[in-house]
Amino acid sequence: MSSREVVLQNVRKALNRAAGLLPTTLAAPRLRVPIMDRNRYLTLFGQNFEKLGGKLFFSQEPGEAAPVLAELLQGKHAVASNAPFLTTCGVTALPQVQSGFTEREALRAACSTADVGITSADYALAETGTLVMLASPAEARLISLLPPVHVAVFPRSRLLANLDELLTVLPNPAEQTSSMVLITGPSRTADIEQILVRGVHGPGEIYAVIVESPR
Amino acid sequence: MTGEPSETIQQTLSDARLQLAIYSATNRLMTHRAGAVGPDLLPEYQELRNDANQLKKHTIDHLDYYLELFERNVIAYGGKVVYCTDSQEVADFVLSLAKQRGAHLIVKSKSMTTEEIHFNERLEKHQLEAVETDLGEYILQLAHQRPYHIVAPALHLTRYDVAEIFSKNLGVENEVVIEKQTRIARVALREKFLRADIGVTGANFLVADSGAVVVVENEGNARLTSSAPKIHIAVAGIEKLIPRAQDLGVFLTLLGRSATGQPLTVYTSFLSGPRRSGEIDGPDEFYVVLLDNGRTKLLADPEKRQSLYCIRCGACLNHCPVYRKIGGHNYPWVYSGPIGAIITPQFHGVLKDPWLPFASSLCGACAEVCPVNIEIPKLLLKLRSEVTDAQRREGQGGMERWAFGIWAWVMTHPRIYLMLARMGGLFAPMLPKVGLLGKWASQREIPKVAKTSFHQWWRERK
Repeated sequence: MSSREVVLQNVRKALNRAAGLLPTTLAAPRLRVPIMDRNRYLTLFGQNFEKLGGKLFFSQEPGEAAPVLAELLQGKHAVASNAPFLTTCGVTALPQVQSGFTEREALRAACSTADVGITSADYALAETGTLVMLASPAEARLISLLPPVHVAVFPRSRLLANLDELLTVLPNPAEQTSSMVLITGPSRTADIEQILVRGVHGPGEIYAVIVESPR
Repeated sequence: MTGEPSETIQQTLSDARLQLAIYSATNRLMTHRAGAVGPDLLPEYQELRNDANQLKKHTIDHLDYYLELFERNVIAYGGKVVYCTDSQEVADFVLSLAKQRGAHLIVKSKSMTTEEIHFNERLEKHQLEAVETDLGEYILQLAHQRPYHIVAPALHLTRYDVAEIFSKNLGVENEVVIEKQTRIARVALREKFLRADIGVTGANFLVADSGAVVVVENEGNARLTSSAPKIHIAVAGIEKLIPRAQDLGVFLTLLGRSATGQPLTVYTSFLSGPRRSGEIDGPDEFYVVLLDNGRTKLLADPEKRQSLYCIRCGACLNHCPVYRKIGGHNYPWVYSGPIGAIITPQFHGVLKDPWLPFASSLCGACAEVCPVNIEIPKLLLKLRSEVTDAQRREGQGGMERWAFGIWAWVMTHPRIYLMLARMGGLFAPMLPKVGLLGKWASQREIPKVAKTSFHQWWRERK
């Protein structure tokens, strides 16, 4: 008998269940989405993001985002993801920014030496100051992870209230991507004497540039 | 109850520095939790605990169904599921995969399940390098120690201990500044991440309807472990299942807040299958190891089964007056504190460490803070009675039975009882405070026995 059969058989024996039995009905998931003016999302996101040590910039239109980035990137070298929104904002056209990677090894090499990683964000959660990243041809995983600084540039329309609203919009993230990551603040540890240190393995600095959505 | 490691417990109790470290770390974690679940911040807290308990109960009660559903979905997204009955099978699987792929270096993120099976030691015997990448676990691996706490594994070490461990093992200068120590670890481990052939993570949740592994962390090492190497293996106990991705709101809200007071930890990864077509990075192969290792033994008892609801937040450790004095290493297994005291006897048999369920004042703090409402004190009592029953079957615990036998005989013979009661009043004050009585009296006042017994007083009343 295979280990699979042994484990399943032991489980059934312990529970006194026959093979192939369906479970009893499960109550619908309780998703708590607050009733809130969507205009408040931006302020709330900003408060929570900055409480975690992040820094928020706001641009009235896409064209204003690139100068904010240029200021941040002075004397630094950055890798940007293939997110179309970054091109819309003119970020990929900046001289310090390397972009357009489609091959793993080249991307890894660039990310391990870059000072800054620039991505967009698929969603952002106001209640916790969280960025939500779905891996795709447009968004590689390592850009928000290897460089010591992470900058996310995204339109205001991607703000959601909280985790439960995200799970309402994406009831099963696996249908969209092999990897969804929620990022809530800079990488941190308190493993030695409970002293908080930022940037242990991931980025120690995190920035969000939110662009007013076209109406 | 005998058998507890009294010598090492005495050492812990008399080590002032260690006592301070445990006290302040657990105190800080308690304060953080209290600040995150208060009625003003999370008014629905009790409701969430109740939901979490019901969801876990439902999943565990129908575990075979959810295991198979999870398995089907992992396969649908291109991953593979490997069932293992024990630690040997996990090691065999990883070794044979490593051999087939020519792998030499494995990076690991924090996983209590792999601690349970001495994963690293097993691989090292076969010339495979397995490196822990969580900062605390990395320090412990260099020092050859096991975790002191489920969430804060190195809470018993100071920066000076870390400085010594680093300079001895990494050939670096003696460095006592914590920021710089963290930097040393970042540089040393970054090189490992980029060179590793296989990444091994644990799992906080296995999501049945998505075939996904959910990993929460603060450092980013679990993200690196699961996305830099070409192979990702998640090792998880079969009890980690939850039915649906939409249930994550309940569990993630409770886990971060109960563990460290964070509404969400820094990183929450929801991983399903290897990278898909067009995705630039991520693993080419994705495996989930579903480990039994004794868990099906716990399932058989409908009441004790709830021990499997645990989401490993560590809150019961932080709030336990026993853990806070004796620390993590005096518990016989990787799981310490109240949760360790209820699951260890169930995994290893009640007679292996019979003192464990008795090492509790039954104050109930653990049950009060448990995010999934496990009735820990009730299970401790149940296990105590199982210990005594088992000892009787084994012909152990003779002393206690003999004492209670005499007691029962005295109580059913009124004349003898009255005579002894009179003698007690006369002789009790003269008892020398040595031996067992002396030990007991060293911390307490000996109650005074009245000169006249109640019986006597009643008769002579009028």
